[in-house]
Amino acid sequence: MLSPQKNLEAYYLEARRDLLEVASMLDRYDRSVEKEGQRAEDESRLNSLLEAMSFLSDKDCPKSNRTEQLLVHFAKVS
Amino acid sequence: MQIIQPHYHAIARTAQDYERMAMSGVVAVCEPAFWAGFDRRYPETFIDYFAQISEFEPTRAAEFGIRHYCWVAVNPKEAENKELTDEVLRQMPEFLQKPTCLGVGETGLHKSTKNEIESLQAHVEIAMKHDQLVLIHTPHLSDKAHGTKTVLEVLAGMDVNPDRIWIDHVEEQTIESVLDAGYWAGMTLYPVTKCSPRRSVDILEKYSTERLLVNSSADWGPSDPFTLQESIVEFRRRGHSLQEAVEIYHNNPCRFLGQNPKWDIKPITISEE
Repeated sequence: MLSPQKNLEAYYLEARRDLLEVASMLDRYDRSVEKEGQRAEDESRLNSLLEAMSFLSDKDCPKSNRTEQLLVHFAKVS
Repeated sequence: MQIIQPHYHAIARTAQDYERMAMSGVVAVCEPAFWAGFDRRYPETFIDYFAQISEFEPTRAAEFGIRHYCWVAVNPKEAENKELTDEVLRQMPEFLQKPTCLGVGETGLHKSTKNEIESLQAHVEIAMKHDQLVLIHTPHLSDKAHGTKTVLEVLAGMDVNPDRIWIDHVEEQTIESVLDAGYWAGMTLYPVTKCSPRRSVDILEKYSTERLLVNSSADWGPSDPFTLQESIVEFRRRGHSLQEAVEIYHNNPCRFLGQNPKWDIKPITISEE
């Protein structure tokens, strides 16, 4: 396993890219709402993503199982 | 669909790229001079490099029916070596006369040092003196916003025609200032460190596309020339017409590059019968 510092060095840029993709997806949704003048009939997927990000923003995760938690969380949305 | 790859570092790629690009509709590539991954020590090394991209590389591309054009410059990283830069700049005008050389590039900034800024000014002055187009590199990642601002400040202090200057590697935090100042803006699509195909289409949908260029800048690092085609597929997937795609991925490069008479590929219109 890589050291804590090496982990950040190895994966930071890819994680940054992935977060930018999420941000741009949310911006894209907002622009479509603005253009159409209405929100999606079913926003459960949007809400699921936003809730998922609240999990991730917590620096402490005693069991280091964020991925597992997210998979369980996403399973609630069809 | 006919596609132009406006920023592509062919010498770092294999012929398989050319073959696959030709199969996907690429009709022309443009190769700016760039950093080789290490700092070159001799002006003569640059001169050989300029000869490679202005004389040899067009023959390699022609094997696959692709037109190859180039730009010449000392890239921002090596511009830190002032003595080398001055000597290369002295010899550079010879290459501006080559039949496939479109202008001066990629000059620009990396860390926005004093030497880099002086080199950028010198490159732009040579370009204006020889009536050349200019391609300007902006820094990556955390240096991008500051570097782009500095590029715009440098240009604002010079006698330049914004129509003939393309500022490359813009992203969401820099595009407005570039377009507002009247320059052409290029989006470079990288797998990790620059703009992505989806984000490029977001930008195309958000801003006027008149002065936007999209490229892959594929080089020796983690990069992929087909991020350009990914952008096209994403653009079409969102319901934009074939002609709208042609305007961005073929005709816009023709409009900018066509300001140099050596570029003879014309904008095209898709007709329906």
